[in-house]
Amino acid sequence: MKPTRSQVTGSAAGGHSGSPARGSRGAASAQPLRIRAVRSRGLSVRLDIRALTVVVLLIVAALVASVVLIGTGDFPIPAADVIRTLMGNGDAGQEFIVNELRLPRVLVGLLVGAALGLGGALFQSISRNPLGSPDVLGLGQGSTAGALIMIVLFKGSAFQVAGGSLVGGLLTGLAIYVLAWKRGVHGYRLVLVGIGVSAVVTAVNGYLLTKADLVDAARAVVWMTGSLNGRGWEQVWPLLTLCAVLVPLVLVNARPLRMLEMGDDVAYALGVRVERTRMLLMLSAVLLTASATAAAGPVSFVALTAPQLSRRLTRSPGPNLVPAMCMGAALLIVADWASQRAFGADQLPVGVVTGVVGGVYLLWLLVTERKAGRI
Amino acid sequence: MLVDSPPEQRAETAPAPPNRRAIRAAGLLVSLGVLLAVAVASIAIGAKHLPVDQVWHGLFQDSGTYSDVVVRERLSRTVLGLLVGAALGLAGAVLQALTRNPLADPGLLGINVGASAAVVTAITFFGVTSLTGYVWFAFAGAAIVGVLVYSLGGSRSATPVRLALAGTALTAALSGYLQAVMIMDNAALGKMRFWTVGSLGSATNATIMQVLPFLAVGTVLALGLARPLNAVAMGDDTARALGAHLTRTRALSMIAATLLCGAATAACGPIAFVGLMVPHAVRSFTGPDLRWILPYAAVLSPVLLLGADVMGRIIARPAELQVGIVTAVIGGPVFIYLVRRRRTAQL
Repeated sequence: MKPTRSQVTGSAAGGHSGSPARGSRGAASAQPLRIRAVRSRGLSVRLDIRALTVVVLLIVAALVASVVLIGTGDFPIPAADVIRTLMGNGDAGQEFIVNELRLPRVLVGLLVGAALGLGGALFQSISRNPLGSPDVLGLGQGSTAGALIMIVLFKGSAFQVAGGSLVGGLLTGLAIYVLAWKRGVHGYRLVLVGIGVSAVVTAVNGYLLTKADLVDAARAVVWMTGSLNGRGWEQVWPLLTLCAVLVPLVLVNARPLRMLEMGDDVAYALGVRVERTRMLLMLSAVLLTASATAAAGPVSFVALTAPQLSRRLTRSPGPNLVPAMCMGAALLIVADWASQRAFGADQLPVGVVTGVVGGVYLLWLLVTERKAGRI
Repeated sequence: MLVDSPPEQRAETAPAPPNRRAIRAAGLLVSLGVLLAVAVASIAIGAKHLPVDQVWHGLFQDSGTYSDVVVRERLSRTVLGLLVGAALGLAGAVLQALTRNPLADPGLLGINVGASAAVVTAITFFGVTSLTGYVWFAFAGAAIVGVLVYSLGGSRSATPVRLALAGTALTAALSGYLQAVMIMDNAALGKMRFWTVGSLGSATNATIMQVLPFLAVGTVLALGLARPLNAVAMGDDTARALGAHLTRTRALSMIAATLLCGAATAACGPIAFVGLMVPHAVRSFTGPDLRWILPYAAVLSPVLLLGADVMGRIIARPAELQVGIVTAVIGGPVFIYLVRRRRTAQL
């Protein structure tokens, strides 16, 4: 929970970026060969070869997994046929199954995973805490409260539930920001306030669950776990639009965010408008997380693990926004495929798998990092 | 020499003690008075309101009238509230000192979710339906997870960060299991959704007797750990230099916390926030000395828990709101206030 401490460990491990090493400037300069600069006529772009490779590999992995996932189900389709159908040359039956049923589900999965990965990376960077994911800060619970109110009190349609969860998530994000505001938002205070808010909302959710009848409660629990079942084009378009706006906005601010990790004073001295950047990025993170949650429910642990995993792969300091985004998308699709393979189609929602896998991953991390003497 | 009296502690108690110590002792007495008043209120207030003289009658001259029966029922509820409240407060204070993390509570070390997973297993796979049956499962679940967290956290070389991470990891894996079972089995969902909010409503003398031995051992252990934990709070190196036995202190603290939280959670379901909030509130006027924090937490936590329980009965009369919900709804804002008021709430 102390960023300063992990900073020391991170640079001591020689750019290994072992424990959550945020803002360790030493790590980058320790391995200068990995960084290339591409210059042409006054414009100079710094390229991290390893990070670039990781991103490409992750995208390939996500696409391969998507093709496999489209082919998986009660009516299996070979990968070659899937690709042919996606290109527009399949037969009518396969075309219906692929384009109307399975492709939108996979697209929702990719978008939700990417949004959660990016949102998680932003939150962890802003709060300067590897555990500062939207799950911990209570955004998931806020979205759940909105959805539960729609399910339990109004017996709403899927669309109304999504709307309720979006409003719930946004209001919770706003509440956390306002409550944590005190001449600026301090990362530590943000996490603490988030935990307070999340506990209150969790209690409200528990109350709503006890008041529901059993059918509604069962529906609510499936929603609360996070599921991609039955997601269609009507979820794809709003998510895609939102990502198209927010992702570039966030990436433009990646540099100031990286400076923010060095502390407010340093960032200020380097010319970053601290509060404005932070507010903009937090708002984007809240929007990304809330709309992902509205589409698929609060899929646990993607937002927490995706940034951590990608940081370990790229071994590069800083927020690692793009790798985290690709990692989130790949993770969610693979998890959805695993849940369908392991338990049969549509038996258990994807959130169960991400929860268990996320937990096991954290445990593995704990054991290996201990052996390497890094935590 | 250092082993006997660490210089920091001497410095803490020696210079201006008589005054401050007297104030703290008086504060503890006042807190005890408040606790007594809340306990009486907890017996008197409910769906049927009883005046104090009838409470007295029911407690000491029980002649089997209707109101005497009501008093007896509410008495076991109040006693359980007292025990569980004290246990949660003590466990919270011990865990916060042990992990040097102001956010440590039974939830953080996975103890709540361990108990929940065990209860859901009991319902679904062993067909247990009675609350007295849950208790052992919940306790076993909490204990197993407690041991696992400790050993995964590095047992002999456990550090605060590692313990917290191990708790988070186990929580994630177990809640996946919990949700899977609840989705597959509607009967389990029907029971679990009431158990997980945390309630004193099902208190019986049998439950109290089941958990009492664990609570007693846990309380004694926790209170005895005040001095070593004071040293541990200064950081590992300082503590070692002061002669504290780190491994033993950590192991004993984990045992105490697991006994206390496990028994409390087994008796009335996971109750959030009491263990997190009370030690925070207490620390703001006792300072960091655990020899004061622990007794204060043990007295003031039941005040919060019983107070919340009484409020739950008043708000939703003639039904009642589960105490776990009320503590979180009151506790959340108070916690946020505390966080905002201090510069940073670090230990």
